[in-house]
Amino acid sequence: MSELKAELKVVEGSYAVAHAVKTCHPDVIAAYPITPQTHIAENLSQFNADGELGNCEYITVESEFSALSTLIGASATGARTYASTASQGLALMHEALFNAAGMRLPIVMTVANRALSAPLSIWNDQQDSIAQRDVGWIQLYAEDPQEAADMTPQAYKISEDRDVMTPAMICFDGFILTHVYEPVALLEEELTDEFLPPFNPEHILDPKNPETFGAFADPSIYTEFRYMQELGMREALKKIDPVAEEFREIYGRYYGGLLDEYRLDDAEIVLVAMGSIIGTIKDVIDEVRRDGIKAGLLKIRSFRPFPLDAVRKALKNAGIIVTLDKNISIGKCEGALCTEIKAALYNTRLDTPVVGYMLGHGGRDVPPEIIKKIINKATRSMKDGLTIESSYADLKEEFV
Amino acid sequence: MKEIRIHGRGGQGSVTAAELLAVAAFEDGQYSQAFPSFGVERRGAPVVAFTRIDDEPIRMRSQVYNPDYVIVQDVTLMDVVDVAGGLKEDGMMIINTEASAEKFEEVPARVMVVDATRIAMEIIGRPIVNTVLLGAFAGATHEIRLNSIRKAVGDRFSGTIGEKNIEAVEAAYNAMEES
Repeated sequence: MSELKAELKVVEGSYAVAHAVKTCHPDVIAAYPITPQTHIAENLSQFNADGELGNCEYITVESEFSALSTLIGASATGARTYASTASQGLALMHEALFNAAGMRLPIVMTVANRALSAPLSIWNDQQDSIAQRDVGWIQLYAEDPQEAADMTPQAYKISEDRDVMTPAMICFDGFILTHVYEPVALLEEELTDEFLPPFNPEHILDPKNPETFGAFADPSIYTEFRYMQELGMREALKKIDPVAEEFREIYGRYYGGLLDEYRLDDAEIVLVAMGSIIGTIKDVIDEVRRDGIKAGLLKIRSFRPFPLDAVRKALKNAGIIVTLDKNISIGKCEGALCTEIKAALYNTRLDTPVVGYMLGHGGRDVPPEIIKKIINKATRSMKDGLTIESSYADLKEEFV
Repeated sequence: MKEIRIHGRGGQGSVTAAELLAVAAFEDGQYSQAFPSFGVERRGAPVVAFTRIDDEPIRMRSQVYNPDYVIVQDVTLMDVVDVAGGLKEDGMMIINTEASAEKFEEVPARVMVVDATRIAMEIIGRPIVNTVLLGAFAGATHEIRLNSIRKAVGDRFSGTIGEKNIEAVEAAYNAMEES
């Protein structure tokens, strides 16, 4: 067994994430169990019961709204805070998500991505986090359990940076990643300690030195508060790449910064995606390249802040761009990545066609064949110069 | 890459079997991945779990459509579920049954049978067949070493339960070796 492999252990994705959280020494955790996030909350609760979380306060709450509200109070006192949720739970947090961001509280939360009701689905897509696009939280997407675990201390480091002070969601596909067992290098406490400094905010709630957080802002000042959130995001944009590099120096693992590329250098057909379908896409790219199709992948790790310049640079030589979305904006029949990528190309000299596909909603499996089909269609469209409007790649017409 | 699909019923430990296969394969020095078919768990309902084994890190995250091996924990599923669906022609199906392999000539691949329920009743004292079938899998396919299955089972189940499960694993392994 190689030295690298010797560090690995076969564990469930949720365990890998919970274990990563433990090495970050959170002071307060508040979580309400919801499928498929439950195993993260359970593992943390177990660590707490076993005394492995030190002085951490694990608060069992009666709803997701309470979970986040609790953490808002805790974070304002200078505590490092953690939550995990999914789907309806994240939707229930909606109002408090704005408050956490507006009060500049660097809460870190894992979202075990799941579809929204109705109809009820406990299965994976990314509609839940995409629906929270504009709440002012950083959104990072992981392709596998290792990346989700490694993102956790990275998220704290980015969020707690005094120039950033913005909460972060780590988006992690429910079931596909939360429930998979595979070899993962569990984070080590000493290494995370070396990587992640203690949370030391400039302003805290302290009775001895009273300050006000999130108070009333009349029209003379509200815009400036909102703009300062945007400035915080811009700082995050600068820091995500260097933080990924610092992590690599200490841990020896790297998954890209704002984005990552796979066989992109000479790619004519560029797929753009995020989350657990990345691995399947990489396998398909290797396969179609053996048949001479020049396909490549742009993986978006940071959806907010959106890395506009880096995306433009990565896509500048593409012949056709294909976005794959596990979400839809109903009424536009387009996924969020599709909209972002189209917008990113506007005001550039590029006139590259963008084809949007939505797939894998409500837990529908994404087999390699469907990715192959999409690549073949894009190849034909590029050759014929035909435009393809955004559509579902896996719709069963017979049920419509 | 080798892909394995396990068919069982809710409560039979199909997901645990898939996980233990992944743990054992990794113990053997291979990369592995195990996941359930993500249904809503109900006792008695048909359940599917998957394991992938490869020399290289595994990136593929779709379900398994063309398994190299199918394990059937409950033979009554064969009337309900297309357990042979997509099974490779040169693949193998391992069925828990007291019947002989000839009875399953409709399966378009090699069939191996093991009376896992009898082995489980005799050794463990309960009709829990998942670990027994792991022993049978190792004996029939030699994809995973018996020792690695032993270790995976022993690490998961402690004390007498663990010992009995390991004994059952060995009995099934030997039964396959002899057949």
